[in-house]
Amino acid sequence: MDPRRASRTVSDPKIRQVGFFAPPPDRSFSGPPDPISTSTPNPAAATTTAAAANTSSPPPISDLSPSGNSLSPVMIPPPRHSSDTTHRPVPFPPVSPLRRDTLSLTVGSYNNNNNNIISSSPTASFYDESKGITVKVSPTPAASSFPGGGFDLTAVKASSVPASGLTTVSVVKTLPPGFTETIVEKVGGSVEMQNDLPANSKPLKERTSKAERRALQEAQRAAKAAAKAEGSKLSATTSGAVASANAKPTKATKPSSQKNDSATVASSEKKGGDRPPEKDRKKDAPHPRMQYDDKSRVEKAKRRAVVKQTEARNRVELFRHLPQYEHGTQLPDLESKFFQLDPVHPVVYKVGLQYISGDISGGNARCIAMLQAFQEAIKDYSTPDEKTLTRDLTAKINSYVSFLNECRPLSISMGNAIRFLKNRIAKLPLTLSESEAKAFLQSDIEQFISEKIILADKVIVKHAVTKIRDGDVLLTHGSSSAVEMILLHAHELGKQFRVVIVDSRPKLEGQLLLRRLVGKGLSCTYANINAVSYIMHEVTRVFLGASSVLSNGTVYSRVGTACVAMVAHEFRVPVLVCCEAYKFHERVQLDSICSNELGDPDAISKVPGREDINYLDGCTNSENLQLLNLIYDATPSDYVSMIVTDYGMVPPTSVPVIVREYCRDQVWI
Amino acid sequence: MVDVQGLVNELVSKLRRRKVEGSRATARLTAELLRSVISQSKLPPTNQPAALIDAVRDVGEKLIAANPIELAVGNIVRRVLHIIREEDHSNTRDAVEGFRLSVGGDNDYIVEQDHLNLSVAAQSSLCRPSLHALLERSPDSATTYFTATTEDDSEEKRKSLDPNARSLEFRRKVISAVNDLIEDINTCHLVIAELAVEHIHHNEVILTFGRSRTVKEFLCAAKEKKRSFGLFVAEGAPKYQGHLLAKELAARGLQTTVITDSAVFAMISRVNMVIVGVHAVMANGGVIGPVGLNMVALAARKHAVPFVVVTGTHKLCPLYPNNPEVSLNEMRSPSEVLSFEEFSDCMDYRIGTGAPQLHVGNPSFDYVPPELVSLFITDIGGYYPSYMYRLIADYYSSDDLVIQQKPAS
Repeated sequence: MDPRRASRTVSDPKIRQVGFFAPPPDRSFSGPPDPISTSTPNPAAATTTAAAANTSSPPPISDLSPSGNSLSPVMIPPPRHSSDTTHRPVPFPPVSPLRRDTLSLTVGSYNNNNNNIISSSPTASFYDESKGITVKVSPTPAASSFPGGGFDLTAVKASSVPASGLTTVSVVKTLPPGFTETIVEKVGGSVEMQNDLPANSKPLKERTSKAERRALQEAQRAAKAAAKAEGSKLSATTSGAVASANAKPTKATKPSSQKNDSATVASSEKKGGDRPPEKDRKKDAPHPRMQYDDKSRVEKAKRRAVVKQTEARNRVELFRHLPQYEHGTQLPDLESKFFQLDPVHPVVYKVGLQYISGDISGGNARCIAMLQAFQEAIKDYSTPDEKTLTRDLTAKINSYVSFLNECRPLSISMGNAIRFLKNRIAKLPLTLSESEAKAFLQSDIEQFISEKIILADKVIVKHAVTKIRDGDVLLTHGSSSAVEMILLHAHELGKQFRVVIVDSRPKLEGQLLLRRLVGKGLSCTYANINAVSYIMHEVTRVFLGASSVLSNGTVYSRVGTACVAMVAHEFRVPVLVCCEAYKFHERVQLDSICSNELGDPDAISKVPGREDINYLDGCTNSENLQLLNLIYDATPSDYVSMIVTDYGMVPPTSVPVIVREYCRDQVWI
Repeated sequence: MVDVQGLVNELVSKLRRRKVEGSRATARLTAELLRSVISQSKLPPTNQPAALIDAVRDVGEKLIAANPIELAVGNIVRRVLHIIREEDHSNTRDAVEGFRLSVGGDNDYIVEQDHLNLSVAAQSSLCRPSLHALLERSPDSATTYFTATTEDDSEEKRKSLDPNARSLEFRRKVISAVNDLIEDINTCHLVIAELAVEHIHHNEVILTFGRSRTVKEFLCAAKEKKRSFGLFVAEGAPKYQGHLLAKELAARGLQTTVITDSAVFAMISRVNMVIVGVHAVMANGGVIGPVGLNMVALAARKHAVPFVVVTGTHKLCPLYPNNPEVSLNEMRSPSEVLSFEEFSDCMDYRIGTGAPQLHVGNPSFDYVPPELVSLFITDIGGYYPSYMYRLIADYYSSDDLVIQQKPAS
């Protein structure tokens, strides 16, 4: 017991970070002092725990599961494992407090998770869900009572995860009306599947990952389940042993993958539960990006490329690992190819051209354009013969993505959105007809756009506006859509404040923002980034947008942001970074060099509106002279006072928590 | 004299219209103008140095008023005043010694006493106040604190002996000293460049900001000594002098990369040393440089990169800055950062309630506090910022620190 408990505490600190908000008092259940927890009401719990004890399952994630129900969160809702179980009303009062004692003594907490699920879910839907499997696992009706045995654990977790998302992030949630139907439909399909393939737990897992589906599932089949539940509860204790024995093969592997912590749930779920944990953990880390100094890979990529790019002649040595191409050369070529037969869907093609020409820029705009293009492409898609939609469509999307990547390197937010879409495709139930699947995906994309981007922005605005007071002087850099919305909203609320827009070459996006703000009647000051330490004296708040927030708290944003944040920090002015949570990424980065994007070098030599500045006109061919146009930079987290996101206002240290709890593997909706 | 007056007015108007760019050009023009003032001003037969000082001070006052931001003008005026004073003192000392030698046998006690005191006064004012001198000064020589009148009287006496020759000699000496000063200004970057090899090693990556001739020579000197190093040049908006510097350095064979000012923070983590030229160095060791320099200095401190300032001594200003971001700054035209065609309607005062809706901040200078500067490399060696006040004592006399205020007499 002791070793088990110790290892459980290992995972504890990770979770404790959430506790940036008052930690729930009873989360200490994993520790000895407070063994009695409220959330083990079901007698079945005891049986499962006993069963689990036999299997000697390693300690899992859900150690804080019993907590969380209550005190949640001022800003961040409690972690999903706990919340899924806990904020549903617990149907039974804690029957015997002592039970917790036995539980904590005998069991790895992964079983606790199961207990909670059983106990807290108001209906017997679980039993039903697991029915198909329990048939396989143990013939006794009682077996169905403990999901720990028969029911695929990861599936439970996957399905439960979104539930937490749903309830805790309720601010954001307004489900589109059409959405529920599709879910119901899909759920029905999955249930059938389950029954058809009792031996294969995989499809079940893939299908049950959504909160809404799950909730509906429960409601739909409550009645059906009730009958079975009755029988199962009675003989819970006896069946425990049997079931545990039967369940051993699956359990032995599954819990081990869980011990990696919630992070791995995603991947293990995707891959199927029977994978050694080390592999899972490896899968877990973000893939290394393509390094452009790797000649063979670049050659390979080139052969596949749709966009013919000429390499820049004069490359900056430090950035050989990044793509350095001549800009502006591809556009005419691509435009002429528009009407040719091409593997790329015309809408995607159009978006790609808009990326190249710079018509669409900014993280949100690019992401929305891409998703909408994919939506169109899915609409027009038809599965070729002898292929399955899941595989073929994924391949198609992959080719689109690589095309867009050639047009302009993908932003992190786009990468996240693509990951979401692919995951959705992969999880499509096989029973869906093609048209249904397409409709389903389209609505998924629609929902992603509306909830993760548009609604998230609204929430951010709502939060950030509270930080603007009368008489403030707000400084912003470049042009961020979120910051612009905040400023306009505050202005609409009648707050009296002044805006300082700091702009940097070569894009001078701040001028566009200035135009729009002045048009709306805000009083503005415009300055070059060099003047930032002059202007910072009068500033009371700095609002910055971000392209992404990495999990070490680094803010990856338009180049110049770091300078502004640094000067603000020096002048003791608070820096608020406004960023939607879908842009968060689990990557870490310390400098702006390892990963960045290089813009058109010629933009450096030309100064718009200043014809007298032409020193560099003829020099671009000089061997010794290079022009470096960085697009992004990384702001260290020390300079950031606060990150305003759709989950609330958090310090940069809480970013990894949000990444893990919410952004991991498309818990999105 | 009309001639000189014309020259003065010309430079004044140039300064006022900001036609002269760069502290070095300003310093040289000022020194040349003062040289012609010295050579052509009509001096009274008596009390020449004082008259000369007054003349120079008058001109200097006009020049400084023409462009109070250009601290090099004031520096040069003070340097010239200091030269005159030094020459005067050494003249007096020579005269005293000569007089004592010639008068030696003649025993007039009163005269003797008088000149002894004078010489003590001259020496004590000439020498730096060393502990030794302070100890040596005997308590009974209270008379060493001479009034100006007695000094003048004695000079008058002395000059009456050989007024013409002495006056010519004095003027010649002053002019040659001013010529030395001009020479220093012209060649200081070469002297500084000689120090380059001591500070730049192989494969170094250096970042510079804006354009400075001193920096250019410094880097080229290192290059000539076969040191190979990489160079990042931040362009230095809104003047974009960095482009020009990069072009010149690339032409000299240095591996140069131009970056935007906003990318300074991103790139500085790969930089070994920041070398910049500045506009002026204040007495506390803070520097005034092209706008954006403070940002670079802060980024350098964040990454523990040495921030080295190369500067000629003519940029050394004996004033202590007070709120230098505002008081020693000037705003340039908004058209450099924002095109008037697009935004002129918002900048117009007549629309709305009187205040324009849109302001444009375009300062030309930035103040970097001394704690952000790692090292000064000057034509007289390398110094730490905290030592700057002492260098100032070498180059300026404390009487001249305030030029605007006319002496009471």
